[in-house]
Amino acid sequence: MAKYLLLKHYRGAPASVNDAPMDRWTPEEISAHIQYMNDFAARLEKTGEFVDSQALAPEGTFVRYDGEGRPPVTDGPFAETKDLIAGWMVIDVDTYERAVELAGELSAAPGAGGKPIHEWLELRPFYGVSPTITE
Amino acid sequence: MNEVLLRSLTPSVLGILVRRGADFAAAEDAVQDALVEAVRVWPADPPRDPKGWLVTVAWRRFLDATRADAARRRREDLVDEEPAPGPTPAVDDTLQLYFLCAHPSLTPSSAVALTLRAVGGLTTRQIAQAYLVPEATMAQRISRAKRTVSGVRFDQPGDVATVLRVLYLVFNEGYSGDVDLAAEAIRLTRQLAAAIDHPEVAGLLALMLLHHARRAARTAPDGSLVPLAEQDRGRWDTGAIAEGVGILQAALARDRLGEFQAQAAIAALHADALMAEETDWVQIVEWYDELVRLTDSPVVRLNRAVAVGEADGPRAGLAALAALHDSLPRHTAVAAYLHERDGDLATAARLYAEAARKATDLAERDHLTRRAARLNARRSR
Repeated sequence: MAKYLLLKHYRGAPASVNDAPMDRWTPEEISAHIQYMNDFAARLEKTGEFVDSQALAPEGTFVRYDGEGRPPVTDGPFAETKDLIAGWMVIDVDTYERAVELAGELSAAPGAGGKPIHEWLELRPFYGVSPTITE
Repeated sequence: MNEVLLRSLTPSVLGILVRRGADFAAAEDAVQDALVEAVRVWPADPPRDPKGWLVTVAWRRFLDATRADAARRRREDLVDEEPAPGPTPAVDDTLQLYFLCAHPSLTPSSAVALTLRAVGGLTTRQIAQAYLVPEATMAQRISRAKRTVSGVRFDQPGDVATVLRVLYLVFNEGYSGDVDLAAEAIRLTRQLAAAIDHPEVAGLLALMLLHHARRAARTAPDGSLVPLAEQDRGRWDTGAIAEGVGILQAALARDRLGEFQAQAAIAALHADALMAEETDWVQIVEWYDELVRLTDSPVVRLNRAVAVGEADGPRAGLAALAALHDSLPRHTAVAAYLHERDGDLATAARLYAEAARKATDLAERDHLTRRAARLNARRSR
């Protein structure tokens, strides 16, 4: 088994095919989208492939150390960077092919007009722990 | 076996161990062990005297642990004799435990965790699941909390207000996973109300019952939030409302008003209305005025602006809102709502979308996005 991170972006990924802000959908389309996401996670829990899923608020700050005795400097919310992560799902699957298949399914979540969003998701493998092998 | 009944014995059993001379941290561990043992043994072999059984097992666990410790630390003399169980009033012990677990030296998250374990009898795993943190993290939080209060004398009088704040925090966490924290908070507040006669304890209990009564109506089948005005009031729990109103009336009659009684009074006025249109907003504004006087909290002023908007019209609500800083949580959402009521749908839709971006809770974000979407759809038709 190997763990993968599916990353969803507010900003920074290439534009999706069905690209419309959520407050321009109908309330029913929003419900259908949320239902699809919940069903997807529930199905992965049943197959034993779900690990974690979290959503992030769009507002954030950058913080860095700025010398002894001085407060850290905060600069944000991410106005200068192109990348803004919206949330993630961690899955634990047998193969890379399975991870790609699931990412594809998640990207098909319905959006405006009830049609798939075709959103670009970032798929990133976790570093694993090597099994103890002969030295 | 009734797990809640078992857990309700936790504070008095723990109190007895501490009165016998056990230090709080070790006694608390021993009681946890005894609870786990009870869950294992009682279904097949229920004891005649559950509390006596727990005291005996917990005390034995405490002695075993202390002896193992003492062997290392040469403190054997402390545990030679098992004292006879004294006729200590359980009520006092329970109250002292609440004070200890909400001690002002503890951070809010530590006080919450310690209260749920030492007073509520929940396991570390259950508490960890409820707060969505790893069990090891929660175990550390609890043992650090126990170290923090280790020097506090058990018979010191405490401050009821700190206990109420802790219980209110637990209640507002709601429910996730196996443990229903809202129901647990009600149980613990009820138990506190039995241990001490205090109008604010009664006020908090009433407030919790009145809010809890609406829980089934608060969520749609698809998991989305249903605001108060749109709830199916037939799904409100009339038993809980009647109990809450009764407790509140008895507390108010004592003429020692506090913030929880005032909040409960507002919740009771909502509960009185069979339809949202029948809500007595004028009286609700008066209660908010009391609350402002009692707390001077900007969050209360924000809620008051909503009530003013209902009582005197959205323009009056917006005027009340204008006096408040827009960095307040939910300020934008309230502004959106008042503009919607005022018929300015374009501004409302824009503000709802902005409020959704600022929301700190996923269900709330989705709710606000839906509201923006609904207004945008209506305007484009």
